[in-house]
This record gives sequence, structure tokens and C-alpha cells, in this order.
Amino acid sequence: MLGRTANGLYWMFRYIERAENIARLVDAGLRVSLTRAGSSDEDWDGVLQSAGVREAYSEVHAELTAANAIDYLLSDRSNLSSVMSCIDAGRNNARMVRTALTRETWEATNEAWIDLKARLSKKLKPTDMPELIDVIKNRCGLIRGAFHGSMLRNEIYNFSRIGTFIERADNTSRILDVKYYVLLPSISQVGGALDNFQWESILRSVSAHRSYGWVYDGEYQAANIADFLILNGRMPRSLAYCYAKIVSNLGYLEADYGERHKAHDTAHSIKAMLTRGSMTDIMEQGLHEFIEDFVGRNNQLSAEISDGYRFNQ
Amino acid sequence: MLTAEDLPRPPYKTYHEWYASQDTAHLIRKTQDAENIFRKTGITFAVYGHADSSEKLIPFDIIPRIIAAREWRKLAQGIEQRVLAINAFLDDIYHKQEIIKAGRIPRELIEKNVAFLPEMIGFKPPGGVYTHIVGTDIVRTGEDQFYVLEDNARTPSGVSYMLENRETMMQMFPELFAQNKVKRVEDYPRLLRQSLAACAPPGCTGRPRVAVLTPGIYNSAYYEHSFLADQMGVELVEGSDLRVIDGRVKMRTTRGYEAIDVLYRRVDDDFLDPLTFRADSALGVPGIMDVYRAGNITIANAPGTGISDDKAIYSYMPEIVEFYTGRKALLENVPTWRCSEPDSLKYVLEHIEELVIKEVHGSGGYGMLVGPTATKKECSDFAAKLAAKPGNYIAQPTLALSTVPIFVNKGIAPRHVDLRPYVLVSDKVNIIPGGLTRVALKQGSLVVNSSQGGGTKDTWVLED
Repeated sequence: MLGRTANGLYWMFRYIERAENIARLVDAGLRVSLTRAGSSDEDWDGVLQSAGVREAYSEVHAELTAANAIDYLLSDRSNLSSVMSCIDAGRNNARMVRTALTRETWEATNEAWIDLKARLSKKLKPTDMPELIDVIKNRCGLIRGAFHGSMLRNEIYNFSRIGTFIERADNTSRILDVKYYVLLPSISQVGGALDNFQWESILRSVSAHRSYGWVYDGEYQAANIADFLILNGRMPRSLAYCYAKIVSNLGYLEADYGERHKAHDTAHSIKAMLTRGSMTDIMEQGLHEFIEDFVGRNNQLSAEISDGYRFNQ
Repeated sequence: MLTAEDLPRPPYKTYHEWYASQDTAHLIRKTQDAENIFRKTGITFAVYGHADSSEKLIPFDIIPRIIAAREWRKLAQGIEQRVLAINAFLDDIYHKQEIIKAGRIPRELIEKNVAFLPEMIGFKPPGGVYTHIVGTDIVRTGEDQFYVLEDNARTPSGVSYMLENRETMMQMFPELFAQNKVKRVEDYPRLLRQSLAACAPPGCTGRPRVAVLTPGIYNSAYYEHSFLADQMGVELVEGSDLRVIDGRVKMRTTRGYEAIDVLYRRVDDDFLDPLTFRADSALGVPGIMDVYRAGNITIANAPGTGISDDKAIYSYMPEIVEFYTGRKALLENVPTWRCSEPDSLKYVLEHIEELVIKEVHGSGGYGMLVGPTATKKECSDFAAKLAAKPGNYIAQPTLALSTVPIFVNKGIAPRHVDLRPYVLVSDKVNIIPGGLTRVALKQGSLVVNSSQGGGTKDTWVLED
């Protein structure tokens, strides 16, 4: 496969994943403003930070308002991580690697772009939000469904999956990075109303507020929430889950090509850290330090994959 | 579709019966369906200079254009003769130049032409083939009467529309293909790959590795490039993927660099090799011309073929065909005034309202004047440009083009069309039965280019 094609697949799926994650973040943000008495526009600060666009937002908008934040996150093309920009970039990458995609995957991507472009180019009204968020998630789900249902399990699939999970790990770690302080055990073991609120919001932003209840039955607890998002191998947006997938897909490439790269070692050591570690260890090391370190290593892995498989030159 | 007596012309007989049994509202819905299929599939083209409408659909007409077997045979013979003559002509002007020595074509017309590449002099491309893919533009003026408008021997586009139009028709009206015996066009990608592989360079030892070279996703014909690569099962590469290593053109893969034997390039000559042609080109491959001349890659179509479909050369095509095949051209040329010649220029300026005037190097229907439909002001403005640089222009009469029916909301209406059949040349000449029919959707218009509001329709060649 061309290095450029591998690069295109990798980024196509990173962008589709990002679009969906941004929609989840907005969804969680809306939920906060709906359900919490005394909620303010300032609550969007955390959402923008989790999306990694807080500074860029300030360059466009002097004031932080809910309406501007939502517009910036969903439809502003000057924001390279807005849902609109992600869908554009994902579809452009799909166009570039079109020969590697099944017709179904391409059409799901193209139709998502046609539909979302029409919806997001209109002025966004608060009353349309729930439907719009659902449509974004549905469209991304359709792309994923077509991809899983129709693609050969070969190198094309592997590069796509690696892109998905590098992005997802990045996203989950950003959410943790912004909110780590509410997960520290020193604050409180059993939360007050405010903590409960923060915790639920974190879980919602990874669509895990219900599954949390199934796994840890009952109360929100900081340590359990951190465990769920970091170490739980069954939670599809946890760091551990993402790395299990990254390592297995890199493994298929290694077997196929008979070639091992630096990326393989890096991914293995990150995975080992996530499977062997416990929350107690992580808390001792310092949750914030752990997450910062993770974000850096995840980025490093991305660069190593790009080098090893000759994405660009 | 109908004769002067309002009877269906013979090839349309079966279709006409079917059409008469259809409900108009149903067909309007089908037209909408077709558009949805095209949009969903992403069969779009880019119109340069329109930032807001970067991707457009070419309107598709649901009524097929139907050509009888007998008429097609005649056409195919004429096309084959012409394509063989073009290859012989290219071989001659890049080698012995006998046609110039014989005084049939003026030397300066060739050697001062920007499409003539001195780099090709004395070089024989692999298999002796210059134009692997040709799309001859033809118009019909009456029963068995065809004129060639242009030869398109560089990189003819539109073949993906021929294939997708057929696919769409078969999806929407399967019953029509049971009732009419329509010749297949679906084999084109397979034949193209075979044909390209058959022209592998001497340096190729194993199974020839073919790739399609595209300028990238922002090119107006990108859809077609990806479509053809996909259908042929070959890599779609960009200049940035390619590099000359150890005397071979190689592409950067996830496992290192791998050699390519045959490159179907959809990049113009100028941009092919920054070391030989335009130095600022980022679309090509530095050094590919050296590899080519060393016999280690086939470039299809060969560089320098543009000299054969140049509009100034066009007027000499009857002589060219006769010179190399020893027979009179089977297909007619549209009478052409070369404005570089003073007598012709005088005539053209005097009859500007009756003529179609084209730029010698133009394409896409841009920079031309259609006298009969132009305003007085447009004519006089154009006359000034013409007088300033006569060598840049040729003029042709407007032909009494035959029309075919298209589907409009009120039923059917006649419109002017042309036809671009696709020809593959390797050790043999293969003409795909059918082609791209482009239709001028505006009533009375003669301009069929998609960039100027033209549409397309499926083209049926019937079995005997």
C-alpha cells in the first residue's frame, strides 16, 4: 500500500472519530446547562479545553458564551477540530484513499458529509441541538458500521483502526487532563452534589454514564471513575481498551510485513503500563503527571507510526 | 428518435414502444433518483474559478442515445483508421519527418508548436504506441454522416461517465436491457489494464505493474482517476508518492519503494518532469523522462502526443490520414479556416456571425465564439482579438447537427449532442462500442461541455 494511502486512512478515521467525540463533549456540556441550577456560560470553558481549542476560541470570540462555544465546536470552519472541519477533512481523506475503501464505506462517508454540511451551514438554534447531536453521532455510526460490515481485515483495516484508537485515546486523556482534579482521592471519597455533577458530566462525555452503573454498581466514586476511563479493558473508550486495539492492529501489520518498528515497542510499553498498573500506583505517581505523560507518549507513538510506515516521505 | 414522418428511427423502435407505455411523473421521479445516485456516489467534477460550487454534478438525461450496429461499424472503421494514422504521424514527426519533406504539412507548424516536444525526437515509445487512449469527438449530421470535431489524443476524460451512466441506467431500467440488445461497455477497465500492460517497457521483467498518476483530489477529473484505478485494481499515485531510484520510477509504500512499469498519467506534459519541462511543477516526477528514455517505464499517453490533436494540425487531418494509410479518410473533417492564412482570415472576419471560432490551444469550450448565437458586440470584440493574433485561431462553419431526444418535464425535446467513443491502442486497436454522449441542455445550444452547462446520457450501440 502507498504510504500516502496509509496516512489518508489513518487520518480519515482520526477525523471521523474526532467529529463524534466533539459531538459527545457538546452533548455533555448541554446536559450540564440544562440540569444544573446556577449553571453559567463559564461551564463551557472545560468543554473547550477538553476539545483542545480553548486558546483558539479566544482568538475568535472575546467573550465566552454558550452559543458561541457551541457554534465554534460544531460548525466553525476556522476551528480545525469543529465537527464541520472534521467531517470535511475526513471526507477529503476518504476521497484521497477512495480506492482502498468499499463502496459502502465511501458512500456512508460522503452522505455524512452531504447531510452534515447542509445542517451545519444553517444558523444553529438551541431547539435543534438534541436532534443535531444525534444526527452527528448516527452519521459517524453509519460510517463505522459500513466499515466493519464490508472491509477486508487487511492492512487497510489495520491503519484505519489504529487512527481511530490513537484519536480516541487522545480524546479520553484530554477529558481526564481537564478534569483530573475532581478525580483526586484527596478531595473526597464520597462526593457531594457538585462532585456528582462533575463526575456524571465526565462519564457522559464518553457516553459511559450508564455502563458505569453496570460495572461499579451504585455510587459515583472518583477512584472508580478514573479506573473506568483509564484501566478498564472492557470500556471501549478507556485508555487500556484503546491500547489493546492499537497493539493488536500493529501486531497484524508486523506479521503481514515481517517488519517491526519503534512504534511496536512504544505501543507495547504503553499497553503494559495500562494493564499492569493499578489506580493506587497511578494516584501515587500523581494522576495529573500520569495523564500528561500519557498524552505525550500517545503523540510520540503517532509520529513513530507515521515514520515507520512512510506516511510522508 | 423520430423520422420526418414522426415514426421512430429503426434503432429507437423498441425503446419508443417502452417510452410510450411510461408515465411522465414516474420518469420525472427516475430523473431525481439518477441525480441522487450520482451525488451519493460522489460522481462530481470541479469547476475551476467557482469557489462556492467546488463540486458539481453533470446533469444526466435518462433517454439513451441509440446507435444501430451498421452505423456503428462504419464509424468504428473510420475511427480506427484515424487513430492508426495519428500514431503513424507521431512516429514520423518525431523521427524521419517524411510528411514535412513531402510538403504536406508546413515545417513551422510542427516545430514552432508548443505541443511538439523536441525531447521526443528520435525516441520510440515502448511498443511503438504514442496514444494508448484516444477519445475522438464526433458529431452526426445525418444518416451515416459523421464529422470528427477533435481527436483528443492527450488525456481524454469522461470515460467514467460512460461507465457510470450505463450502471445507472441498468439500475433504474433493467427491463430496457432485456428488451434491447445493447453492446457491453463494462469491460473497459479490464481492457484498459490489459492494453497498458501490453505496452510494458523493455526494462520490465515480471508482470507489469500499472499505476494511475493523478494531480490530486482538487483536480476537476479526480473522481475519474480514482474510479479507473479502483476498477483496474491498480494504485492511484500522486507525484509526491513517486521518486526515481536506481533508474526506475518507484512509489513509496508502507514497506519501502516499489517500481512501477506503466504509468497512466492524467497530468499534462508540462507538469510531468520538473527537470525537463516546467521546473515549478509539483505534480510530476523529477527525472521520469530519463527513465522513460532508458526504456524503464511506459508513459501513457506518450509525452508530445498533443501535437496530433492540436487544433491547427486538425485541419490537415484528411492529408495526414491519406499520407499514412494510403486511403481517403473515412470520417470527414469539419471544413476549417486557418486564421494564420491571410485569405482565410479575411473570410472569417467577413463571415464571423456564421462561424464557430476556436482557440488553437483551447479546450473545455472556453475562449470560443459561436457566431450564430453571439451578440453583435461579442462578435466585434472577438474580431478584434482575432485580428490581433490570427495564428491563435481557427474557424469552422456551424454544422446542421442532428438532435436526439432528451427528457424534460413536459416530455421529450430535441437537443444537440456529440459523441466521444473511447479507443485503446496497444498491439491492437480496441474501440469500446458506445462512448460518452454529451448533450447541450439549453434549447438551440451547440455547446456540450460540462463546464458550460452540458449534460450526458447513456449511449447504446445495438447488436445486429
